[in-house]
Amino acid sequence: MAAIYSLYIINKSGGLIFYKDYGSAGRMDTNDSLRLASLWHSMHAISQQLSPISGCFGIELLQADTFDLHCFQSLTGTKFFVVCEPGTPHMENLLKHIYELYTDYVLKNPFYEMEMPIRCELFDISLAQAVQKERVSLLGR
Amino acid sequence: MIGVGKAKQYANVLDRPIGKGKQEVSLSAFAFLFSELVQYNQIQVDNIAELERRLEDAGYAVGARVLELLCHREKGNRREIRLLGILSFIHSTVWKVLFGKVADSLEKGTEHEDEYMISEKELLVNRFISIPKDMGAFNCGAFVAGIVRGVLDNAGFPAVVTAHFVPVDGQHRPRTTILIKFAEEVLQREARLG
Repeated sequence: MAAIYSLYIINKSGGLIFYKDYGSAGRMDTNDSLRLASLWHSMHAISQQLSPISGCFGIELLQADTFDLHCFQSLTGTKFFVVCEPGTPHMENLLKHIYELYTDYVLKNPFYEMEMPIRCELFDISLAQAVQKERVSLLGR
Repeated sequence: MIGVGKAKQYANVLDRPIGKGKQEVSLSAFAFLFSELVQYNQIQVDNIAELERRLEDAGYAVGARVLELLCHREKGNRREIRLLGILSFIHSTVWKVLFGKVADSLEKGTEHEDEYMISEKELLVNRFISIPKDMGAFNCGAFVAGIVRGVLDNAGFPAVVTAHFVPVDGQHRPRTTILIKFAEEVLQREARLG
């Protein structure tokens, strides 16, 4: 039982740079995931304008019947969002942790080109560990 | 007298004592600087061997200076003349000052008389670096190999030093080994000294 369905990372221009899915539900092929990423990017930008509160940075949480979508935007405009089961706790912390892993294993890697798809072995390994730990702690409840 | 009243003013800047300075540097700051060093060299070369050579040369300059500084600070200006002496100096003192810990192990090569290996589970410079698959056996530890070569060369022990990944069973990430191959004259001198 995977409480987390998938993880997306989009760069500041809306292109998908990382996609990982963890559950059987919500699995997508490459084209669909790219489409979803740019769709979310546009929605996020529009929501900033639509918000009745001034100083809003965009959608942080979207709740639907069958899933929750948590989004974290860094100061540079890179967005990390995770699609999970409704009611999954601690997703914001997980997203912040993933952001830390991104700054460590992707940005400090001399072979990574900015805004390009992420192909860093260390990032994959530590991401898998982080998600696994989250899964274990969720099962324990 | 030092420490009494205001600090003693030195007329000549060269007379000032060399302070130990702050012992710690931010790992992130170093990682970004090193990443930029690798990227800078990468755009100037055509192939991987050249990139490795450039990183090694950068490390050589560091090694030469580190030797001078540490000989003055740690060893009271005494010179190492024995092979094992200089190797354990690198393995403990140099590693401690540069990376904050002594190297994991120092071994003598089994196949050849002139080979020694310093092993590390993961080199500090490689901590955040993932080598892409198409770069093959390239190792940014070439920088550290250059440091070791700089220390050895300037201490009077010319050698060829290279960095290699050594796969370990049971561990996903390979270990790194710095392989030191001494020149013929070093072994002859060592044999003469008994």
